[in-house]
Amino acid sequence: MNIETLYIVALGMISLGLVLAFIRLVRGPSLPDRVVAIDLVVALAIGIIASYAILFDQPAFLDVAIIIALISFLGTIAFAYYIERRV
Amino acid sequence: MLHEWIVAMVMLLGAGFMLIASIGLLRMPDLFLRMSATSKAATLGAGLVMLAAALYFGESGITLRVLAIIVFLLLTVPVAAHMIGRAAYFDGVPLWKGTLIDDLRGHYRTSDHQLVRDAESSEEFAIPEGEEGDDFLN
Repeated sequence: MNIETLYIVALGMISLGLVLAFIRLVRGPSLPDRVVAIDLVVALAIGIIASYAILFDQPAFLDVAIIIALISFLGTIAFAYYIERRV
Repeated sequence: MLHEWIVAMVMLLGAGFMLIASIGLLRMPDLFLRMSATSKAATLGAGLVMLAAALYFGESGITLRVLAIIVFLLLTVPVAAHMIGRAAYFDGVPLWKGTLIDDLRGHYRTSDHQLVRDAESSEEFAIPEGEEGDDFLN
């Protein structure tokens, strides 16, 4: 079996997880549920970037993962402040 | 050859953990159980996939970058999950109907969101219970 098939299977598993996270993002039911879903989407995006870097042998893509991790943390903290203050 | 198989196995393990986190997010009955499923499993999954990248490239610069991402994830994901959980509790997100104990009930003052050991008046500490799916409407 070709080794690249396994890489593509891993990418497919992460993509399936992305679909499930988007279902929760649409269904809600409350705002914190959606924020948690976005958090998971970002973690899955980091996994997809790392898998893509392996599959196409491009280590430069890993820098994008660093930036996405940084921005997602700031976004989650901002959402938490918003949810706590809006009551 | 063996090296590539190890990379593929670590990557598949990480992808499996991420898939489990997504299934937990979709299937768990309330917000706090969903968070307990996603925050741990997704961090472990992302860390394993990044570790696979470090093993695949095998250069010290890339390994250092991957370690920085993993340490950063391990530091920030629990903090973010705690912030969201605390904010959601004040927001009155409904608990699962099978919940037995809510240790925080009556211990958070609603005026300034401080934790108090002994609750005195019950109105001052009552967090309004939200309905299922109450945002976007009010």
